[in-house]
Amino acid sequence: MSVLVGKDTRLLVQGITGSAGGFHARQMIEYGTRVVAGVTPGRGGEKFEGTVPVFDTVADAVKGTGANATVIFVPPPGAADAILEAFDAGLELVVCITEGVPVTDMLKVRRVLEGLKGKTRLVGPNCPGVITPGPKGVGCKIGIMPAHIHKPGNIAVVSRSGTLTYEAVGQLTASGVGQSTCIGIGGDPVGGMDFIDALELFQADPDTHGVILIGEIGGGAEERAATFIKEKMNKPVAGFIAGATAPEGKRMGHAGAIIAGGKGTAAEKIKALEAAGVRVAPTPSDMASTLAAMMAR
Amino acid sequence: MKIHEYQAKQIFARYGVPIPRGYPATTVDEAEAAAKKLATETGGPVVVVKAQIHAGGRGKGGGVKVAKGGAPEARELAQKILGMQLITHQTGPEGQKVRRLYIEQGLDIARELYLGAVVDRDRRRIAFMVSTEGGVEIEKVAAETPEKILTVHVDPAVGFAAYQARELAFRLGLGQNKVTLASFVKLLAALYEVVTREDCSLCEINPLVLTKAGAVVALDAKVNLDDNAEFRHPEWRDLEDKDEEDPVELEAKAAGLNYVSLDGNVGCLVNGAGLAMATMDIIKHFGKDHGVAPANFLDVGGGANQEQVTKAFKMILKSPKVKAIFVNIFGGIMKCDVIANGVVAAAKELGLKVPLVVRLEGTNVELGRKILSESGLAIKAASTMADGAQKVVAAVTA
Repeated sequence: MSVLVGKDTRLLVQGITGSAGGFHARQMIEYGTRVVAGVTPGRGGEKFEGTVPVFDTVADAVKGTGANATVIFVPPPGAADAILEAFDAGLELVVCITEGVPVTDMLKVRRVLEGLKGKTRLVGPNCPGVITPGPKGVGCKIGIMPAHIHKPGNIAVVSRSGTLTYEAVGQLTASGVGQSTCIGIGGDPVGGMDFIDALELFQADPDTHGVILIGEIGGGAEERAATFIKEKMNKPVAGFIAGATAPEGKRMGHAGAIIAGGKGTAAEKIKALEAAGVRVAPTPSDMASTLAAMMAR
Repeated sequence: MKIHEYQAKQIFARYGVPIPRGYPATTVDEAEAAAKKLATETGGPVVVVKAQIHAGGRGKGGGVKVAKGGAPEARELAQKILGMQLITHQTGPEGQKVRRLYIEQGLDIARELYLGAVVDRDRRRIAFMVSTEGGVEIEKVAAETPEKILTVHVDPAVGFAAYQARELAFRLGLGQNKVTLASFVKLLAALYEVVTREDCSLCEINPLVLTKAGAVVALDAKVNLDDNAEFRHPEWRDLEDKDEEDPVELEAKAAGLNYVSLDGNVGCLVNGAGLAMATMDIIKHFGKDHGVAPANFLDVGGGANQEQVTKAFKMILKSPKVKAIFVNIFGGIMKCDVIANGVVAAAKELGLKVPLVVRLEGTNVELGRKILSESGLAIKAASTMADGAQKVVAAVTA
């Protein structure tokens, strides 16, 4: 078992004829993900790589192929619209990779998402996606993460940062520890799934034995995650918070990574997590070893 | 992106948010002329001379002065303020040079209130905050007397509902005068339109004043714009004031790089915002007892090409404060050979005069390492982030 994605995932790629969408569609197919359709308005009827049918609308693609998940590579001006189209077509999982979506667009998307009452899950935007590592027919990769660093196993990773997720996965794999599912929830101030949504899935997943949670400065998602871990989780969670040395009021690359009015600092987040029993790695090089030390007890 | 008070007020005016009359000025003559014009238009001699810089706390720093004696006094004040290094709690100790003024009509003020709109990321709504404590930093009010801040959240499907505005008005004590109540309700609805249509990430009026005549007026205006929405606001290009930005950060932005200047001595080149922040953290972790700290945050992103990497590395090489460089890459979409080629090209062109530590991992790592080792550059290879950080700290302190 795994969370969110698996062998039953039938993936649709929105923006499949673009350069990023096309490149990553090929990578996902190569990994073994079942990419059943693509959508690019005005390109319906074409075939991607000679095999994957392209449709004009998401509704057509779902009707024609039974797709149940989508990954979005549509540029920022059309990204929120692409998400709404996917919601309307009734897809269970919507992963938006696009970086640079305006926050006012995401506020509207969130409003619609609330009305769906959990029927659809949104991951991102501005995220690397979701992967359940495994051989062809078992594993499933939805997103842009480098597949070769992963290894099937029992540790889940959830993170606001793409490359720090790779860093954690790299450390796990190098020490011989595999991953159940890795979810990049994205670096924007307003997005889909947050830490709690992911932790809830990991707690319920029998194949997940431990979790690495990677947060960063800005907002209060890590503090809320700490409360959830304290009250609802019995699996070990190790963490890391990026941005302990970031200056106040500066946006550190991610739109969501900004300390405002003295709130959202790494120190506050680390304190909240430690109080919830999370062991926070002293440096980003120690994420896997910190979790290993907890699990060895 | 930050804009000036006078620019924010020009936006307010377009949406019907009441503002005092005023004119921007960049010279003493323009300031005097503006004061004369205001005296004619308003029938009163009192004007306020306000420094325009991208930082708060201008009044306390001496950048906002009232001229009760009309145009001649306004001229004198403009003379003093224009060109001064204005130091506020947001500028840092070196201050910011005043290059622009805003000359504004003086008002008879009965009460000063606070009004701010921000994206509440936890509730996923735009939050409007009001307080009876106008003119005071809202962070201070939040810390000391949080009960004095009233907040409402706006449903994006509905917009700012009149009942929400009325509720705030009554709790602020603005409900007795019907004209005041109506204009406050109208102001909030207009400000919500400003926030959503103009893509503001912050919109703050501190103070919002109640005049003795019973009108509500935005006496100050602070607006930050959401950089992600730049594609649908071509007019923002004219709002940008390059004098207010760090020149290196502007250069980086033009090249499509995320760069933030810091005070330390280790130049960093990293892919991905989270890893870039974590790299700063780990340098500080190993370097704090040795006076070693990051000189910059630099995320080349996932889609950068060799030219962008070259540009990024050149920016680091050119910085006089950099005593050593740490390149930390975990290639995903970014390929290690692209980074290696960019680093080599920049170093060959400008020369490498400081120690360089490189940690490469991920996509095309073997190719990347080969390019670096064949370049003839003196590179210290690192196996992990921690190894790299320790090596770069050792290089600075050696």
